[in-house]
Amino acid sequence: MSRWRAGLQQLRQYPSAVAGAGIILLLVGVSIYSVVAIPYSQALDLWRGGDMWQDHPVNAGPVWADRLAGGAAPRTQTVRADDERVQTEALPGARRIGMPLTFHYDADDFPSELNVFLRADVHDSEAFVRLTWVTPDEREIPLVSRRVSGDQRVSLSQDLDLERRLQAVPHIALMSEAPADADDAPPRVLTGDYELRLDAILFHPEDSLDAELIVYGRVHGLAGTDHQRRDLMVALLWGTPIALAFGLLAAVGTTVTTLVIAAVGVWYRGVVDAVIQRLTEVNMILPLLPILVMVGTLYSTSIWVMLGVVILLGIFSAGIKMYRAMLLPIREAPYIEAAKAYGASNARIILRYMIPRILPVLIPTFVTLIPTFVFLEASLALLGLGDPELPTWGKVLNDAQTQSALYHGFYYWVLSPAGLLMLTGLGFAMFGFALDRVFNPRLRNL
Amino acid sequence: MSEDAPLHVNDLHTWFELRQWGFLRVGSVRAVDGVSFALARGEAVAFVGESGCGKSSLARTLLGLHRPSHGDVVFEGESLATLSDAGLRDYRARVGYVQQDPFGALPPFMDVRRILAEPLIVNGVRSRAERERRIRAVLDEVRLGPAEDILAKFPHMLSGGQQQRVVIARALVLEPTLMIADEPVSMLDASVRVEILNLLRRIQQERNLTLAFITHDLSTVRHYAERIFVMYAGRVIEQAPVDDLLDEPQHPYSRALLAALADPDAANARQQRAVPGGEPPSLLSPPAGCRFHPRCPYAMAGTCDVDDPPQFEPRPRHYSACWLHR
Repeated sequence: MSRWRAGLQQLRQYPSAVAGAGIILLLVGVSIYSVVAIPYSQALDLWRGGDMWQDHPVNAGPVWADRLAGGAAPRTQTVRADDERVQTEALPGARRIGMPLTFHYDADDFPSELNVFLRADVHDSEAFVRLTWVTPDEREIPLVSRRVSGDQRVSLSQDLDLERRLQAVPHIALMSEAPADADDAPPRVLTGDYELRLDAILFHPEDSLDAELIVYGRVHGLAGTDHQRRDLMVALLWGTPIALAFGLLAAVGTTVTTLVIAAVGVWYRGVVDAVIQRLTEVNMILPLLPILVMVGTLYSTSIWVMLGVVILLGIFSAGIKMYRAMLLPIREAPYIEAAKAYGASNARIILRYMIPRILPVLIPTFVTLIPTFVFLEASLALLGLGDPELPTWGKVLNDAQTQSALYHGFYYWVLSPAGLLMLTGLGFAMFGFALDRVFNPRLRNL
Repeated sequence: MSEDAPLHVNDLHTWFELRQWGFLRVGSVRAVDGVSFALARGEAVAFVGESGCGKSSLARTLLGLHRPSHGDVVFEGESLATLSDAGLRDYRARVGYVQQDPFGALPPFMDVRRILAEPLIVNGVRSRAERERRIRAVLDEVRLGPAEDILAKFPHMLSGGQQQRVVIARALVLEPTLMIADEPVSMLDASVRVEILNLLRRIQQERNLTLAFITHDLSTVRHYAERIFVMYAGRVIEQAPVDDLLDEPQHPYSRALLAALADPDAANARQQRAVPGGEPPSLLSPPAGCRFHPRCPYAMAGTCDVDDPPQFEPRPRHYSACWLHR
């Protein structure tokens, strides 16, 4: 309809509308990208899986924050043995393998953790493995000796025995300069080429051994990781479509039903209207959040159940009163009487004659309503009523809250989901307010 | 009364019940209170009277928008009181309605094509081509053109006169045999009033429509109607052919109404008019006897305030409900 087209033309003159529309389009773009690039099942795996996180550092900050600070924080390095340097020596009834894992370290800070992953494919008896750490200044530090079969993780950072021997946390002690005379000076990073020497004895000709050293950094990806080594990017990306879908569905569900019910009440008046009004008044004093908490605690915290409850409780909301006030004068408009006079049915009058009249005023309200529901979903998640499966912004905030992220200084963990939430609110609000200016006749000339 | 008459109204009452707390009856507003007349095919009549005399309620009852509380409307042999809901809708389609406020009468969010198509859609004209044909025909009839231009416009883009032509076109598009025009020109500029009235008159004659005007503008009635009904407090108090009533009003109320007309003559500038004081009576509890007696300069105590006057015929085909004619 040309009225809508004219309205859209007019919208372009509002910078806030253009900026708001830009933000909304960006969020929609991110949503589409996330859903296409990380399919649902893969996203669930990435968020709830386990194995794929083990090469991520714990609570690592985002790379961009490190760039801003100078960019010297260590990155995660995965070190594998160089096949050409593996030495094999035959022994009676066994085989000795010398496997050097070398890497260059030049960051300013210590790594956050050191782990060795061993995979021994053995037949008769377990392989015997001995690990030795060689620093750039040629100090040789024996680490552990153990028997290995199958997959095994050697967590150097959490080896208490080693810690006692080195008198410091292993990943700091192993990577620092030789202690000077003044003992109380803080340890300093020693840069250069390190080597983890792995000596193994295998007892069967077909046995094989593979090893991997992970030197965990202190930054990871664009969003960092959480306490479970999960990449927060998954939650931030997938949180977008979920937040938008929840906000949009809840806003559509509540406004459309509320509007139709208000119109039905206004049109039929009498008992129908009275029942609708009384239901609304009762519903208006029912507190939404405690009911949602109850449903979440007693029944299910699935996001779709929550959406249903939000819409159900939103049907007879205060909006009914507002729409009723707007529709009452329209009910008496001469064109409605004319429509009755040429035989239009009740349903037609409500849907085609009354509702379209207030739609232009309604759309801005509708647009500004979307972020309200996005925030509601985040609040629920923050209260621990988030969807148990899906990664959402609220869940990230909830994890940050329970892990005392701000206390530990993990600002990125709180700021990135909060920033996205605010961006969503800002985009829809700017667009909605501009729409209001264009479509709400009372504001047009102000 | 003529046998040919397609519209008979017999002792029609339209009362609106007032209720307290939604169910306690506390009284009724007697908007139309005992009206009888018959309209012949192709006849144009005017209902005149002050605001609140029941003209518009009568019109709405004739349109089938209000159910009569008592009495009946018989249109082309069908009684309104016995029609089913579906029958009522069908009946409404056969009565055209032209409203007072042309802008309010047009839904602001529909273009003219849609506005004119709506009655056809509602009444089951499914073919788009058929609708388009009838819309163009009726636009041509109300002299609105060029059709291409007008059909795509929204009501706010049209002038008051054009809007009223669209309203008339909408009333005509279902090809009614009875048309009710509720003060069709009172909201229009003086310059376009005559045009619209002439248009209505011409269409009425070309289509041989029965046309009921509702107006309080007595000055234009003479040229656009054949008979006049003067209404007061829900009743028809005088009815007569138009010239007869305007030249020789019989009822004291009609005389007062005519005396209040502006007469474009300089000699009358200082003339004091004998306009009855007081206000129209409450329709909730109308006065006993003649409804006009509290304001009537000729009221006869013991008669006018006790007995309801019947319709007398002081002159041929000129009926007046006043005890003076006894």
